[in-house]
Amino acid sequence: MAKSALLKSSLAKKYWMALTGLFLCLFLIGHLAGNLQLLVPDNALNFNKYALFMTTNPAVKILSYVTYISILFHSIDGAVLVFQNQAARPIKYARNNAAANSPWASRNMGILGTVILIFIVTHMVTFWAPMHFDKKMPLQTTTIDVQGQKQEFYLTTDGGYIPKAQVDQNAIIIKDRTDFYDGNAKVKIKEGYKDLYKITIAFFKDPKYGLIATILYVISMAILAFHLSHGFGSAFQSLGANNPKYNGLIRGFGKWFAILVPLLFAIIPLYIHFILKA
Amino acid sequence: MKLTLKIWRQKNAKETGKIVDYPIDGIEPDMSFLEMLDVLNEGLINKGDDPVAFDHDCREGICGMCSLFINGEAHGPDRGVTTCQLHMRMFKDGDTIFIEPFRAKAFPVIKDLVTDRSSFDRIQHAGGFISVNTSGNTIDANTIPINKHDADRSFDAATCIGCGACVASCKNSSAMLFVSAKVSQFALLPQGRIEAHDRVLNMVNQMDHEGFGNCTNTGACEVECPKGISLENIARMNREYLSASIK
Amino acid sequence: MALDSKIPQGPIDDKWTNYKNHINLVNPANKRNLDIIVVGTGLAGGSAAATLAELGYNVKAFCFQDSPRRAHSIAAQGGINAAKNYQGDGDSTFRLFYDTVKGGDYRAREANVHRLAEVSANIIDQCVAQGVPLAREYGGLLDNRSFGGTLVSRTFYAKGQTGQQLLLGAYSAMNRQIGRGKIKMHNRHEMLDLVIVNGKARGIIARNLITGEIERHSAHAVVIASGGYGNVFFLSTNAMGSNATAAWKIHKKGAYFANPCYTQIHPTCIPVSGDHQSKLTLMSESLRNDGRIWVPKNLEDAKAIREGKKKPTDLSESERDYYLERRYPSFGNLVPRDVASRAAKERCDAGYGVNKTGEAVYLDFAAAIERYGKEQAYIKGLENADAKTIYKLGKEVVENKYGNLFQMYLKIVDEDPYVTPMMIYPAVHYTMGGTWVDYNLMTTIPGCFSIGESNFSDHGANRLGASALMQGLADGYFVLPYTIGDYLAPDIKVGPISTDLPEFVAAEENVRTQLDKFINNNGSHSVDHFHKKLGKIMWDKVGMARNAQGLNEAIHEIAALREEFYRDVKVTGTLDSFNQELEKAMRVADFLELGELFAKDALHRNESCGGHFREEYQTDEGEALRDDENFAYVAAWEYKGKPSDAVLHKEPLVFDNVKLVQRSYK
Repeated sequence: MAKSALLKSSLAKKYWMALTGLFLCLFLIGHLAGNLQLLVPDNALNFNKYALFMTTNPAVKILSYVTYISILFHSIDGAVLVFQNQAARPIKYARNNAAANSPWASRNMGILGTVILIFIVTHMVTFWAPMHFDKKMPLQTTTIDVQGQKQEFYLTTDGGYIPKAQVDQNAIIIKDRTDFYDGNAKVKIKEGYKDLYKITIAFFKDPKYGLIATILYVISMAILAFHLSHGFGSAFQSLGANNPKYNGLIRGFGKWFAILVPLLFAIIPLYIHFILKA
Repeated sequence: MKLTLKIWRQKNAKETGKIVDYPIDGIEPDMSFLEMLDVLNEGLINKGDDPVAFDHDCREGICGMCSLFINGEAHGPDRGVTTCQLHMRMFKDGDTIFIEPFRAKAFPVIKDLVTDRSSFDRIQHAGGFISVNTSGNTIDANTIPINKHDADRSFDAATCIGCGACVASCKNSSAMLFVSAKVSQFALLPQGRIEAHDRVLNMVNQMDHEGFGNCTNTGACEVECPKGISLENIARMNREYLSASIK
Repeated sequence: MALDSKIPQGPIDDKWTNYKNHINLVNPANKRNLDIIVVGTGLAGGSAAATLAELGYNVKAFCFQDSPRRAHSIAAQGGINAAKNYQGDGDSTFRLFYDTVKGGDYRAREANVHRLAEVSANIIDQCVAQGVPLAREYGGLLDNRSFGGTLVSRTFYAKGQTGQQLLLGAYSAMNRQIGRGKIKMHNRHEMLDLVIVNGKARGIIARNLITGEIERHSAHAVVIASGGYGNVFFLSTNAMGSNATAAWKIHKKGAYFANPCYTQIHPTCIPVSGDHQSKLTLMSESLRNDGRIWVPKNLEDAKAIREGKKKPTDLSESERDYYLERRYPSFGNLVPRDVASRAAKERCDAGYGVNKTGEAVYLDFAAAIERYGKEQAYIKGLENADAKTIYKLGKEVVENKYGNLFQMYLKIVDEDPYVTPMMIYPAVHYTMGGTWVDYNLMTTIPGCFSIGESNFSDHGANRLGASALMQGLADGYFVLPYTIGDYLAPDIKVGPISTDLPEFVAAEENVRTQLDKFINNNGSHSVDHFHKKLGKIMWDKVGMARNAQGLNEAIHEIAALREEFYRDVKVTGTLDSFNQELEKAMRVADFLELGELFAKDALHRNESCGGHFREEYQTDEGEALRDDENFAYVAAWEYKGKPSDAVLHKEPLVFDNVKLVQRSYK
């Protein structure tokens, strides 16, 4: 009983929605903290360092797999709920004044969630996929004034520099997207940073699509806000945390969380598109 | 008052139904909603038409027999009342009023506005009790002192009248408020704790079996519940079920 | 047939114990072979069904509602009496027994009442064990309040929803047995006839209200627990569906009907607001713990209030007549129901009524709010609390005690009872009369039992508050399970009863004929039309005060109305479908017979007692005047075709333990 109940029953579905949802809230905080670095002027290096850390650290890797699974589970479980719930009322009401008894967001979590899922997919295609798989992912470079001459260098993870010219001349070769090899000895000498900062800025500053991307991003965050406005508190309720003494705290926190997190996310592309000087 | 009623008419469980318009006049604000329907039916009978079937019994808001989804809300627009206590002063002269049965797969229509809510009973058969014989040989009632707050909360949960407004209001047709009220009533009392785990597992199992939807915490049930049963009960049931499941 | 009440011998304290020690028992293996039908699933029927199933009998339970939980026991508000003496205020089994016999105006059977008082304490233990959340004090122990007609606090309660909680308790006990398969539940079924085979009740004919199918059900015994017949008045505090059909059908098959004229008019109901009224709503008697009942002292003030020129709050203390406190200083607002009702009628008849119809008195909580407010202010250490704070604190206390009742009042009347005094007026509430039963709760038909409100036994001519719940549960949990075993013991070898017996065929045919007649009648008036007319005759002439002339008129009018009903009633729909009009027609047909017998009983009883008040028989002060010499008996009527032909049988009431005196609450 107990085993199957934890997978099949209507309550189990609630628990999984709540647990995965709350985990994704934590993920949002982590992700936001990283993204906010984009607002700091001349912070490309730190941002890319952060990106490197996030893609290589073993602990973070485990977390990221949990995140992927959470997103998948949250979506599939959510879809199952939507279909089952639709089936629980085969004949709809001719007139239903649902606004009188429940917030709009709470009644439209499926739609909100679907939009967010689409956002996540496009978001991953735009940023996550190049970071992980794109052979042409640029590495971070910097221009240094060398004896009155501006020269471009790759930044390396040990804090050193590799002149771009040497790479262009095949004296140093780039292998596995980030590793610098001695052109002759075939020995790895240094490692570069994937320039996530650059493609992020480029994406939102794109003369053709930058504005649309920014607007869509902001809209997605608004939708996320609605999703969170119900989801955050709802998760606590589903897990059984409902006590009049603390409900105010949970609800208050949930409200601020739902507003603040998406707002901060949304500020970033707005800043990049409208304020940041190229 | 003059009103236009849009009422769901359905001959029996097998046939499909439809909304039929009925103009009605001479309604007084002091009438209860069901007395307004009495007037309608008296007119229909006098014309030789089939009166509108609707469930009702005590007409004082306690038996839970009356239902009706009125203008998009279970038990109508007023709060904290059943349909029998809804009065026509809540409406304006000239209003159009939609009257539909409580809709859910687990509440099939019997006729017109009458639905079969025996799924609620079956959930109760599954575990809505304390397994104690009615022999009269139980211990003295005052041998078990019970914290007043727990007793009061148990009572609050126990005031559920089993009308089904929670299911009707829920966009998912979920019966969680009803079931959780039953679970809570017993779970809050020392007498009921003893078999609390079996109870919650069995009742939830039966609830799922009956074809009710899942709870997504919209809170509509709590708002529309004529007895003000709190969502806290659902949270409590979630806790009870979780601890019963992992044990 | 002579009435044998089968009261056991011996001193009253030992009767029940001795009885239990000497009855026949059925062994568990044999119980499995015995079927019992229980009609009605309120407190009495529900508790009986659950207990009998627990004992091992196969129970078939019937209710016309969609679930046992809807039975009208659920509407009982105030509480349940039990001689627990938890308050240490001098209560005892004897006192509960004494109060009940006295409260019933010495028209109840002593042995039954004593048994009721004996088992009352068990009920509370039982209910707590099964999880009924009765009100508690901060120390965790059970709380009590006081009710009318007693000088102790013995009433256990669950806010204003005691009946609901107790019924849900009985229902939960049923659920356990339904889940085990020991009770077969027949919801939305209505019993329409009793089947008697070889002189014993062996089954019923019931209509499935969903499909319209007429079904035969057999058993070794039939228990009727279908409640009272208050709806004979059309307007009452009963549920719309409450009916006398099951009880009346057994009456027509040979069960005597006792004391139909003993009907309780409850003093605190919300007054009638207009012709559309379909039902009356009770405001619990517990409100009289704290509310003070009054009307204006001056006729002019009453008139001004009726015309809306004055508000009750405009009247000063000296302009108010707290007539119960004035007339009955010792019991004050807590006099028994019959007394309080008549006093209200007396004031209103004299022109002091306070609503448009002139039929309402005030129930005022201002004093209680102030008293509680001061108490709370003291507890909270607010020495110089202003009136506003006191009001607020006091209101909280009152809200805590009666919140749901006040809210109900507000919704129905659209006036806030915290601000303006409530208006109340008496309304038909409970029927003490019912099928005659012996000490075993068996009717004059062997194997047919009657429990709860549907029998006549324990309340005499007037029921005290919080005693109905007690009686229903006592019968079902603790009395019937013994007595029915004694009856069934010789039946263990009978085996299953076939529903193909000619008696079943005939009974079904009889029912079908009646139903067909209604469907094909093609009259011109609805069932409700006749029911309302009957109600008006009953209320005007067989209501709170009766006289010979009015009763004679009522008898003839009801008989005429009954003829008109059969000639002219219009029942829409078909026999073989869900048909609420047909259900009502069958019920009203029975009320039209019962009403006449009711009036006949009231006419024959040339005395006033309890709920039966004959204007010809009153003291100089207007109190009920009993005639113990000639009327200390139970009037049990035998059916002979027409109510007017009913034959009276008398069961003399012997009082060995209580001295008959004029009831005084002064």
